[in-house]
Amino acid sequence: MSAPRRGRVAGNEPPIAAVVVGLVGLVVFFVLPLAGLLWRAPWSDVVSVLRDHRARDALRLSLICSLSATGLSVLFGIPIAWLLARGRFAGLNMIRALAMLPLVLPPVVGGVALFYAFGRRGLIGQWLDHWFGIRLPFTIWAAIIAETFVAMPFFVITVEGALRSLDTRYEDAAATYGAGAWTILRRVTLPMIAPSIAAGMALTWARALGEFGATITFAGNTPGKTQTLPLAIYLAFEANEPAGIILSIVLLAISILVLVIVGSRVFGDRRRAREAAQ
Amino acid sequence: MSVVGLDCDVRLQIGTLDLNAAFVVAPGELIVLVGPNGAGKSTLLRALSGLLPIDAGRITLDDDVLDDPGTNTFVPASQRSVGVVFQDGLLFEHLSIVENVAFGLRSRSVPAREARRVAEQWLTRLRFDNHAALRPRELSGGQIQRVALARALAFEPRLLLLDEPFAALDATTRVEVRRELRRHLDSVGAPKIVVTHDPIEAMALADRIIVLEDGHVSQEGTSDDVRSHPRTSYVADLVGINLLRGSLQGGIVTLPGGRQVVVATDQLAAGPVIVTIHPRAIALHSRQPDGAARNVWETTVAEVDDEGDRVRIVLAEPAPLVVEITRGGSAALSLQPGARVWASLKATEITVQPD
Repeated sequence: MSAPRRGRVAGNEPPIAAVVVGLVGLVVFFVLPLAGLLWRAPWSDVVSVLRDHRARDALRLSLICSLSATGLSVLFGIPIAWLLARGRFAGLNMIRALAMLPLVLPPVVGGVALFYAFGRRGLIGQWLDHWFGIRLPFTIWAAIIAETFVAMPFFVITVEGALRSLDTRYEDAAATYGAGAWTILRRVTLPMIAPSIAAGMALTWARALGEFGATITFAGNTPGKTQTLPLAIYLAFEANEPAGIILSIVLLAISILVLVIVGSRVFGDRRRAREAAQ
Repeated sequence: MSVVGLDCDVRLQIGTLDLNAAFVVAPGELIVLVGPNGAGKSTLLRALSGLLPIDAGRITLDDDVLDDPGTNTFVPASQRSVGVVFQDGLLFEHLSIVENVAFGLRSRSVPAREARRVAEQWLTRLRFDNHAALRPRELSGGQIQRVALARALAFEPRLLLLDEPFAALDATTRVEVRRELRRHLDSVGAPKIVVTHDPIEAMALADRIIVLEDGHVSQEGTSDDVRSHPRTSYVADLVGINLLRGSLQGGIVTLPGGRQVVVATDQLAAGPVIVTIHPRAIALHSRQPDGAARNVWETTVAEVDDEGDRVRIVLAEPAPLVVEITRGGSAALSLQPGARVWASLKATEITVQPD
């Protein structure tokens, strides 16, 4: 959208070749898949699919699990991000690599790893079972843990970036005005990075909502219990049922909504800040 | 021995900076700290405000030890009661003006209502009553510094530090803010330290000037002392500028003794002004010069200071004026203390600004 406006600035016009390649990329990787989905959608079945309790269960489970995963990511992610941004100790880079691992790890591998950590015979899981009778695999808790595992790095990476670019002189100022560490965090640091926390939460939630591999490996695929929307979509698609495409469109609509909200918030804030600076 | 005010001996090593500065600031006294970039001014302020522990030495404020590595004493910033006005103001963008000013009181557990009342009083004193609900981004540079000052004063600090409070302001706003700042600072009974780069600001504000160079105090004294006897070339260049106070009327500045100086300005309104004259703008002659200079007068040489390539001359009238000339020029005029010379100064070489 901003390309033509920028183009008017002399010397700031992108070369034609770059524009063409960019447009081809957009069409092949973004526009065509979406068009395919909409083209094959059995629109007459929409009402019956959305009325089906299996679909509604999957949607409900997806919302519960993804929101819980977002909550856990905020709870643990803020301290982790703070540690990564402000920590001064040896091995910090190792910790950062560890925290970012789920970003590059195939989710199925993550699910397997979770299974051998928290499963009934797992590293911790055997003791959870032995001492407390807690069995995590194939429960809704497993789905929440799997989604948190996969999605939390999105939150950590966003918030860590915000903490790094935050001018620490504001925190110094707060200290000289009598604020202790906790007051500074609560009244200065967190409010100042609030837009990034919101953006991180939205990205985390969207990623958790779409989680498939780790969830099916660690939590299984029990309808009404651990079968989230992506799992239901895959099964319906395999069985050649119309529900697959319709649920895909539901997921797509939710994702686009999140992206639009995040985009307007984050980039809107930057634009306002830029205008204020001028 | 009981010491009232600030008594500091700060020794601190950070990177290539080796800070070693000791001085005393009396209650109510205003010290202006000047020095080149990297001299350690900001680091010194951070040490005094408690954001940075010192390696050795001692900082005491009204008999309370704030930092003394020798006895393992360190009072952190949040418990020091030091008001700091930071460069650029550093107001919290997510809080309104009145919440910013109340911040120091709220952090010290003053109830919200009481903190707000005190903050509003401060805003009124700084002529800000109708702006309490605004956000910092809606303010001009001068307004931001006034709110920052209110925020630093609102909790009645025992020490006030101002780090380049004028750096971000344009020339017109500077004059206004400086005038206002001086008025408010006069009523503050705590020791005050202002860091600045600008010699005119230093002289307009300071009871005493401390020059920090390369982590060390290279000179300390009243602005007249420092100006007429600069001890290093930095001081000579930066602070060794002639500064006179007088009152402007129709292109002529009348000095306190009644002597008059012709200046070139038609922008300024009549009233009190600060006149600055660069030491190299004054020319010396052995007899009355012809030429276009509007200010020509005969005077006595009070002092001659040989500094190698250049010679600093202090003239006795109309006020102690520092002149810098080349060594050759000085020899040609055979300048000695007590000698009579003619001085000339173009009106266009004089800078005038409102006091």
